[in-house]
Amino acid sequence: MIAAGLDPIAQFEIHKLAELKIGKYDISFTNSALMMVVSVALISLWLLLSSKKSLIPGRAQSLVEVSYEFVADMLRSAAGKEGMKFFPFVFALFLYILFANLLGMIPFFFTTTSHIVVTMVLALMVFFLVIIYGVYKNGFGFLKLFWPDVPMAVKPFVCLLEIISFFSRPLSHSIRLWANIMAGHIMIKVFAGFCIMLVGAFGLVGGSLAGILPFLMTFALTPLEFLVSFVQAYVFALLTCIYLSDALHPGHH
Amino acid sequence: MLNAMTLTGLILAAAAPSGAHGGEYGDAHGAEAAFPPFDPTYFATQIFWLLLTFGILYLLLAKVFLPRIGGTIEERSSRIADDLDAASRMQREAEEAEKSYERALADAKAKAHNVSESTRQAVDAEIKTEVDAADAEAAKAAEAAEQRIGAIRDKAMANIESVAADAAQAAVEALTGKRPTLATVKKALN
Repeated sequence: MIAAGLDPIAQFEIHKLAELKIGKYDISFTNSALMMVVSVALISLWLLLSSKKSLIPGRAQSLVEVSYEFVADMLRSAAGKEGMKFFPFVFALFLYILFANLLGMIPFFFTTTSHIVVTMVLALMVFFLVIIYGVYKNGFGFLKLFWPDVPMAVKPFVCLLEIISFFSRPLSHSIRLWANIMAGHIMIKVFAGFCIMLVGAFGLVGGSLAGILPFLMTFALTPLEFLVSFVQAYVFALLTCIYLSDALHPGHH
Repeated sequence: MLNAMTLTGLILAAAAPSGAHGGEYGDAHGAEAAFPPFDPTYFATQIFWLLLTFGILYLLLAKVFLPRIGGTIEERSSRIADDLDAASRMQREAEEAEKSYERALADAKAKAHNVSESTRQAVDAEIKTEVDAADAEAAKAAEAAEQRIGAIRDKAMANIESVAADAAQAAVEALTGKRPTLATVKKALN
């Protein structure tokens, strides 16, 4: 049992909480689904309690408004004023990822963004939104995205690079978030596990003395992971803004 | 460091299926199971619940929360702009009021100056006439006094003559025993 508790991968395991099936697809309610529901419920609760529409904002309302302005400025500066029609989408992405990451920082909580399926679906949503909206708005003009203003001699080569970079976007977009979150969780678990193992090996006194170093490491990694939680949500939303800007203005980037 | 850990994860994942080949589509439990993030058993449920919860969040934000928050922010900024407008208008009004007050003050000062000047002139004129009248009276009185003094002196001079004549008569009588007539004496004195 101690060995299972020390396994740094065990935290990513999914357990069924309730069986559920549609056709041949297993859509059971799992611990992952529970965390998704909890994070959406928490976001809603936060926004519900702190948007009292008062003219002079309190602390909670200020926090909501700061987040709003933060994402709105990010989108406006990356994609311009027309980009604001995607604001609900970008804000939803930012809050969804931020809350999933932060909830995952609570011990024994499951981190939804530590699964590549989740981040990949989020990245693919952005990818297809860019393609569908870009073609809808610009028609064939959207292909100018792959035909940049460079000397004719290097144009085919740059065009090839543009195509490769465009289609590798969902991969880099999703793996960046997933790898950061998963690696951070493994690291904390490994260093925290060292403390337990040392106590097991050298007894309470000797193990506690020997465990000071991994304990300090765990202590230092925890705030770093909180920072990573925020930064990765920010980076994901920022890249989304930049990609959406391509759908709006494929000619110049 | 993060990249190194990611690599570890990938290696673990790649290594996992060899140990858990049978368990991949069966029950993925125990140390033999695949690396959980790459276990396809739960892909469908995760995608389903992700789309469901994200969709709900998107709808809530788009239809309820963002219009509310945006409305509050807009209302506040327009209210601040209005307040600033009102403040600058009031300042302008205050400046105008100050100007008109200063104008009224200057007018009143000028008027007061005029009044004091004219009063001073009138008072000066009155004083002058009174002083003149007093001067004239004083001059008259002085003249009258001079005339009286003159008359008294003449009278006194006349008296001196008769007294001198008397004294001369008496002196001559005492010396000669013979009293000269008044006319003689007077003739002798002149």
